[in-house]
Amino acid sequence: MRKLALSDQILMQIEKPARYIGGEYNSVIKDKSKVDVRFCMCFPDVYEIGMSHLGIQILYDMFNQREDTWCERVYSPWPDLDKIMREKRIPLFALESQEPLKGFDFLGITIQYEMCYTNILQVLDLAQIPVRSRDRKKGDPIIIGGGPCTYNPEPLADFFDIFYIGEGETVYGDLIELYKQYKHSDMTKRQFLISASQIPGLYVPELYDVCYNEDGTIHDFGPKYMEVPEKIVKQVVMELSDVCYPDKPVVPFIKVTQDRAVLEIMRGCIRGCRFCQAGMIYRPTRSKNVEILQHYAESMLTNTGQEEVTFSSLSSSDYTSLPELTDCLLEKMEHQHVNISLPSLRIDAFSLNVMQKIQDIKKSSLTFAPEAGTQRLRDVINKGLTKEDIFQGALEAFQGGWNKVKLYFMMGLPTETYEDIAGIADISEEISELYFANIPKEDRDGRVTVTASASYFVPKPFTPFQWASMITPEEFTKRAYYVKDRFRQKKNHKSLKFSYHEADITILEGLLARGDRRLCDVIYDVYQAGQIFDAWNEYFKKEIWEEALKKHRIEIGFYTYRTRKTDEILPWDFIDIGVSREFLVKEWERAQKGIVTPNCRQKCSGCGAAKFGGGVCFEA
Amino acid sequence: MKLRIKYSKLGNLRFIGHLDVMRYFQKEIRRAGLKISYTKGFSPHQIISFAAPLAMGITSDGEYFDGEFDEVTTSGQMIDALNAVSVEDIRVTECVMLPEHAKNSMSSVEASDYRITFSDDTEETNLLLASVSDFLQQDSIVIMKKTKKKEREENIRPGIIKMEVQDASIYMLLATGSSYNLKPELVMEALCRHAGVSYDFFSMHIHRLETYLKEEGRLLPLYMAGTRF
Repeated sequence: MRKLALSDQILMQIEKPARYIGGEYNSVIKDKSKVDVRFCMCFPDVYEIGMSHLGIQILYDMFNQREDTWCERVYSPWPDLDKIMREKRIPLFALESQEPLKGFDFLGITIQYEMCYTNILQVLDLAQIPVRSRDRKKGDPIIIGGGPCTYNPEPLADFFDIFYIGEGETVYGDLIELYKQYKHSDMTKRQFLISASQIPGLYVPELYDVCYNEDGTIHDFGPKYMEVPEKIVKQVVMELSDVCYPDKPVVPFIKVTQDRAVLEIMRGCIRGCRFCQAGMIYRPTRSKNVEILQHYAESMLTNTGQEEVTFSSLSSSDYTSLPELTDCLLEKMEHQHVNISLPSLRIDAFSLNVMQKIQDIKKSSLTFAPEAGTQRLRDVINKGLTKEDIFQGALEAFQGGWNKVKLYFMMGLPTETYEDIAGIADISEEISELYFANIPKEDRDGRVTVTASASYFVPKPFTPFQWASMITPEEFTKRAYYVKDRFRQKKNHKSLKFSYHEADITILEGLLARGDRRLCDVIYDVYQAGQIFDAWNEYFKKEIWEEALKKHRIEIGFYTYRTRKTDEILPWDFIDIGVSREFLVKEWERAQKGIVTPNCRQKCSGCGAAKFGGGVCFEA
Repeated sequence: MKLRIKYSKLGNLRFIGHLDVMRYFQKEIRRAGLKISYTKGFSPHQIISFAAPLAMGITSDGEYFDGEFDEVTTSGQMIDALNAVSVEDIRVTECVMLPEHAKNSMSSVEASDYRITFSDDTEETNLLLASVSDFLQQDSIVIMKKTKKKEREENIRPGIIKMEVQDASIYMLLATGSSYNLKPELVMEALCRHAGVSYDFFSMHIHRLETYLKEEGRLLPLYMAGTRF
């Protein structure tokens, strides 16, 4: 029996002790005396969220295929255990070996959203690892970050030794080989980091200097040493079908958010919505071939015993072999009782047909993401969806027996007017009208409901909107009230619902998304003041953030409400995502004129991602 | 075909709750490729039911579930198939076929027995062991039982079918199931009070040995309702 890091007394007094005991089916135990490198992957949020993340499962599998490396997992202890660990000075440990993280060679942290930044500090601090890179010595674990937030890693620059920019399957092998040389020689940490910085895709923040102008913008950003590269080129896997994929993912004991087998079908998106960071940073769009996916579906289901399978991609409807893939899974469903859980698909005849086969229509709702209330604004954001598309989809859905529709919108988009947001209520009303006009009374089964929800737009790095301003939380709330009022005035208001997001958390997300190194101290102080789990409404405390910002004389408006000039040096400019700055500038200009840009399959717009030499750019 | 499967839940799995163990077995059965029956409809689920839930922190060699199967092989093969795709601390130890109209495991349960061992050989432990027979002499053992809303007095003496000291541990056979259910922790708490020793769940280890049904006045392990195949 593996000895647990936590005593029975502790495990019995906290919520869901299974979060901390490891031992799940398919988790990997190795003989630690036979490995050279101990790696721990961390998702800095609670177990149920972290265990649902595909990226960690991929890297866990990849590292554990190496004989010299044992990769384990760790997640943020929930506040109940956090408190006990602090009181009793229990060091944070990895799930598999139950051994303290401070003895590991690497701690790899995936950074999926801005509001987990304080949890990163929590993990380091509970692990009794110095929180700042400069305080860590040779022998302390190397802290490496990856994931979408590393496309602007600057607000976290002080806490990480290395950021891995791009897809993890490419250069980790090189880094581990380099690390082994470092570990078994008298190479200094600085020497190691300088060598690491020469591996493509690896960014070592402490090797770069930043100077600021008087107005607070960046004057100059560059490497401190000759041999350290000026630009970091993101890593991409070109042959997605050949790359390793976990066909034996870890099966948690407790119910997690994504409690199913996940088939990654595509990376990247052809659409080019101008607000969407994933649509830019994962270019070019690459697909896995359908035979490989059928094979993975089979082996994953056998190896896990999962009853449900789903797809991972940014836009599954754009996967060209989707009908073949769903047919294969539908057949499994019939013979092996496998449920299919469909990610958001474009609502059309094909998807409705599939959904009719797999869902109880009465219970399920259909989701459309118009994102903006008027065609004008949808053109600004380059959301290809027209009102006609939505109405056509909704009509077919109503005729197919559905009567619940969900609509996703954003508010605070560039150029947005009150007329645009009034459109949110109008389009919702029109959809409900469509139901009353086309579904005869005798066929109506329950009330039609149209639920619209609005989130608060956050401009993200490497999007055409990276120069855009955010509206203030007060303005967001004002707009939300205005829309709510418009809903109340509608004839079918009893069939309509409108909800909107929490503005106070989102404005901080906006701050961190486009922040720079000067925010490191703010994050540190917020953490020191006891703040963790910011992404959870019940734990988020606005005042703590406000105090820390005030202390460091950081003006939130500088980062969020200001429209940046296109010649300003942005904190993330040292990263090369393939998509060129010229393309983003052109898209920003076209946005302001409301000109739509065709998707990658309609016509290449020369974004620059073709330089990686594959994917949709080279489709016949 | 209705099968009854007996398993052990050991070691660190004592921290996995009853519902999660049910979810665990649903997956293990699929991994093993066993042909369990499913309900019809849009969200078919396995026809499976678990007996006598075990509290968190307690290990067991006498856990059971019943499942309806479309196809079966042999008891031995099915046990092996399950154990081949299992975590270490779950072991299937028995698999029998139930007669057509057998009561399900949940409603058959009448009793289960436990062994309580102690982490330290202290004076308090010795005091506890020494007071078992005196404890049992009492006609009624009244405890305060906490329910969701209130506390009420309850005489647990009728629920203790047998209790004795074996080596340095305590053996107890307790009424279990839907008609009357007595938890071993409650008995230990009462014993501690009787012996004038402070009750500490963490200084002892509770292990369930077997779960029983009643047939013609006799207690039989749950698997005896069926036959090996």
